[in-house]
Amino acid sequence: MNPLPLDLQLLNACAALLLLLSFSMLAQRRTVNLVHLLALQGALLVVATLIVAWRTGEPHLYLSALLTLGLKVVGLPLLLHRLIRRMNVYWDTEPVINPSGTMLIGLLVVVFSFGLAQPISALASTATRSTLGIAIAVILLSFLAMITRRKAMSQVVAFLSMENGLFFGAMSATYGMPMVVELGVALDVLVAMLVLGVFFFQIREQFDSLDLYHLETLKERE
Amino acid sequence: MTPLAAATQLLEVVSATLAAPAFLGWANQCRAWLQNRRAPSVMQPYFVLRKLLHKDVVLADNASSLFRAAPYVVFGTMVVAAAIIPSMGTGLPMSAAADGIALVGLLATARMFLSLAAMDVGTAFGTLGARREMMVGFLAEPALLMILFVAALLSGTTSLPLIAEGLSSHALGLYPSLAFTAVAFVLVLLAENARIPIDNPSTHLELTMIHEAMLLEYSGRHLALMEWAAALKLFNYACIGFALFVPWGAGNEASGPLGLLLAVPLLAIKLVVAGAALALIETLSAKLRVFRAPEFLATAFLLAVLGLLVHLLLGA
Amino acid sequence: MELILLLGSPLVGAVLLALYGHGRRGPEINALFSALTFLAACALTARVIAAGPLLLGREQFLVDPFNAFLVTLTAFVGLTTSLFSRPYMRIEAAHGKLSAGRLRLYHSMYQLFSATMLLALTTNNLGLLWVAMEAATLSTVLLVTLYRTPASLEAGWKYFILCGVGIAQALFGTMLLYFAAERVLGAAGVTALLWTHLDAVKGQLEPTVLSLAFVFLLVGYGTKVGLAPLHNWLPDAHAEGPTPISAVLSGLLLNVAIYAIVRCKVLVEGSLRSALPSQMLMGFGLLSMVLAAFFLWRQRDIKRLFAYSSIEHMGIITFAFGMGGPVANFAALLHMTVHSLTKSAIFFAVGHACQKSGSQLIENIRGLVTVSPTIGWGLMLGALAILGMPPFGVFASEFLILTTAMKQQPWATPLLLLALGVAFAAIFSKVQPMVFGETNARRLPHAPALLPVFVHLAIVLVLGLYVPSYLAGWYHDAARLIGGP
Repeated sequence: MNPLPLDLQLLNACAALLLLLSFSMLAQRRTVNLVHLLALQGALLVVATLIVAWRTGEPHLYLSALLTLGLKVVGLPLLLHRLIRRMNVYWDTEPVINPSGTMLIGLLVVVFSFGLAQPISALASTATRSTLGIAIAVILLSFLAMITRRKAMSQVVAFLSMENGLFFGAMSATYGMPMVVELGVALDVLVAMLVLGVFFFQIREQFDSLDLYHLETLKERE
Repeated sequence: MTPLAAATQLLEVVSATLAAPAFLGWANQCRAWLQNRRAPSVMQPYFVLRKLLHKDVVLADNASSLFRAAPYVVFGTMVVAAAIIPSMGTGLPMSAAADGIALVGLLATARMFLSLAAMDVGTAFGTLGARREMMVGFLAEPALLMILFVAALLSGTTSLPLIAEGLSSHALGLYPSLAFTAVAFVLVLLAENARIPIDNPSTHLELTMIHEAMLLEYSGRHLALMEWAAALKLFNYACIGFALFVPWGAGNEASGPLGLLLAVPLLAIKLVVAGAALALIETLSAKLRVFRAPEFLATAFLLAVLGLLVHLLLGA
Repeated sequence: MELILLLGSPLVGAVLLALYGHGRRGPEINALFSALTFLAACALTARVIAAGPLLLGREQFLVDPFNAFLVTLTAFVGLTTSLFSRPYMRIEAAHGKLSAGRLRLYHSMYQLFSATMLLALTTNNLGLLWVAMEAATLSTVLLVTLYRTPASLEAGWKYFILCGVGIAQALFGTMLLYFAAERVLGAAGVTALLWTHLDAVKGQLEPTVLSLAFVFLLVGYGTKVGLAPLHNWLPDAHAEGPTPISAVLSGLLLNVAIYAIVRCKVLVEGSLRSALPSQMLMGFGLLSMVLAAFFLWRQRDIKRLFAYSSIEHMGIITFAFGMGGPVANFAALLHMTVHSLTKSAIFFAVGHACQKSGSQLIENIRGLVTVSPTIGWGLMLGALAILGMPPFGVFASEFLILTTAMKQQPWATPLLLLALGVAFAAIFSKVQPMVFGETNARRLPHAPALLPVFVHLAIVLVLGLYVPSYLAGWYHDAARLIGGP
């Protein structure tokens, strides 16, 4: 009854887990665990990329998987861990909306993104097209996480998870972007992280905390 | 109605009613072992029932007839529920009368009578327990419905025996949607049957209890029926779980009497494993504060809906 | 060759200045590399004039009339700003606001920023365009926080997060574009993001996907343009960063972001054959204009005031590109040029004015003309120019846009006039007392650089009176390229 070959089943399972991870990130309040979840998300992305690479035999996807492994599973989480340890920011404050509310909004977001993906998936010729909806959902859920978080660290993790969602989307719609672009994007992400690292220290030096509550003074004044 | 179907039906109802306390006893025994305590016998629930059935009923002065009727209604609903859940065979004549959604309704009826009876006498604890029970039920029911919907979508019907048939004939494969709903189902099972982390069945600490608080005013045969119904409810939930997530082995028309005979030990094995797993989960988790229960059930609901959405998107 | 020099010189400059940028001659080296870049831009432009549109580097780079003038403009303003920043940053250092290390960072990032903008302008690959835009954000984030004040950190954080999120949307849009292109151009992959290839087959691209892609691209790059309601980062980043950076952000980066949007719009419009992209551009443009005009009234910080004025003008340009057609496109291109020149000139003048009075608050800056007639008049003339007073070039382009709007989109005319009127009153009433009246200014440790201010204003004045024929030719070619209903 199940017409899908095993590799696609695995890919679908990866996609479903990615979606689940996005929700756990939405609910998670410890920054260390957030970083773990991010690394796990990266690892799932690597697995998914490898499956697609094996299926299509496109060499640049192997390279892309390697890039993801180095950057998003090992590199960035390590960097973030160091930052968390050095700055002692283990907990996020209470989120702006309560967790159950966030979850419900998240569900609506998922419905919305599945609807959004429908016309595109219908046109796609890739075997992986059905996971595009999940990719969009991951992107939008990360967006939601950015809105509901107060700590700089959590926002950054959400930002990176959005980047992961974008990669997953590119893979499911078109088996990845051209190599030049992928390299460029990876470089940008890396530089962004370095800039952020510097930035965190500047913020902390100035406010003794990474709470974005301090960064709310520049409002329009009467 | 073929003789085989009638036999299946009868066997299911009778064995569920009789075996339910043993399942509960087994789960309690495993839990005691895991906690390094000396375990009570598997037969302990039977002893309790026998003792209670021999005692006189003590009624509060202001108890109404509702209070006296509730145990019979609750127990009756559970028996009816047992009749439509395909635990041993899928050729159930009674199941034509009620599908999965009606089953949720049956369970809700039992909950409603239980809560009404708890409030009937007007003691503080009864009302408190009833309120908490309604809160849990209000959150658990949609989740349970969602779980049933996923299974219904996968097999194209809402009738439980047909779902079990359909799912057992699916090719083996990865079904993320079923995996999500299975986790959701375990969460709902824990909450609905007053297990840790939502409620602790073995405590009478007023501030935390839910189910026990509703039974405080009952005694004698009423209490026996209520306890029996609770055991039967746990048994029923376990069987719903088997029907949805490990549907293999239930007998049907095609497999004949031999299939039915084989299904009995198979069900016993499933129950033994499930009881042990339940004890393990209960030992590993700590009881949540009551106001965290909504979050727990929201997670179940979320997982079930995610399962539904994933199924709609990926078709798996 | 010119291209290599054009992109290479700022890159080399960035590396060199990362090592020596704190030295005594740092500002001069910075200016030198900017001059080199400008020369390369001129050479490239000359070649385009002689030989027409160029495809270079295995089709990865494209120079056509549309971006040739933007390249020249960017290199030119980059040069004048580096000249302005020479004394400006020295004064800041003398006032104790900056350490040597931060000067080095500033100079290096300045060159890197130029390189990313030029890359964004010249690349033919829409993926590289995205990479360059993101790199432009990253290279300026640390410049916005250069002073390390709480406010500047907040501005930098907002800038980083808002633009980061925005640019992620743009990446998704680019991905969708690639997805649509791959179906037509085949899975060769290499050519499917090249603008020239896409342009050739734009009629066959899948309309549903492209309209979705355009929404994401517009939101993404629109964040960088500062289109309302995604403009929040812009005033903060402009106000809290050093003034030369405000000048290049306002004068150049916004242009580059609009350029990206217009390039995408050409493709989407070719595929859709409907007015959707135009209407979206017009809608966002008008909203930004009106919103910015009313926010202008509430500003007390001079740099925020002109930042909001930038949002307003970006709104005008976006609206004009939205109307489309040869005249509106021509006017929009002209407006990009003159706005860029005028706004950077204003920021130069404002920078020195703030240094003189030691504050960015409008109420603390008074009577500039009595202490320093050049700064005072520079600011006054700049303000008049940006407000669209004849005979400055802004008047010419705004007049063209207004008349076209009356003809093509009469419903929008009252809104346009309202926004322009409100902006005029707001800015003029705030700038007038700053220039004239009692003074409180002090002497500066280094002579201010005012030549760039007057050079820019002079060019704007000339453009208002007369557009050279080759420039007009380019504008016409570019306008035709952009097309529109």
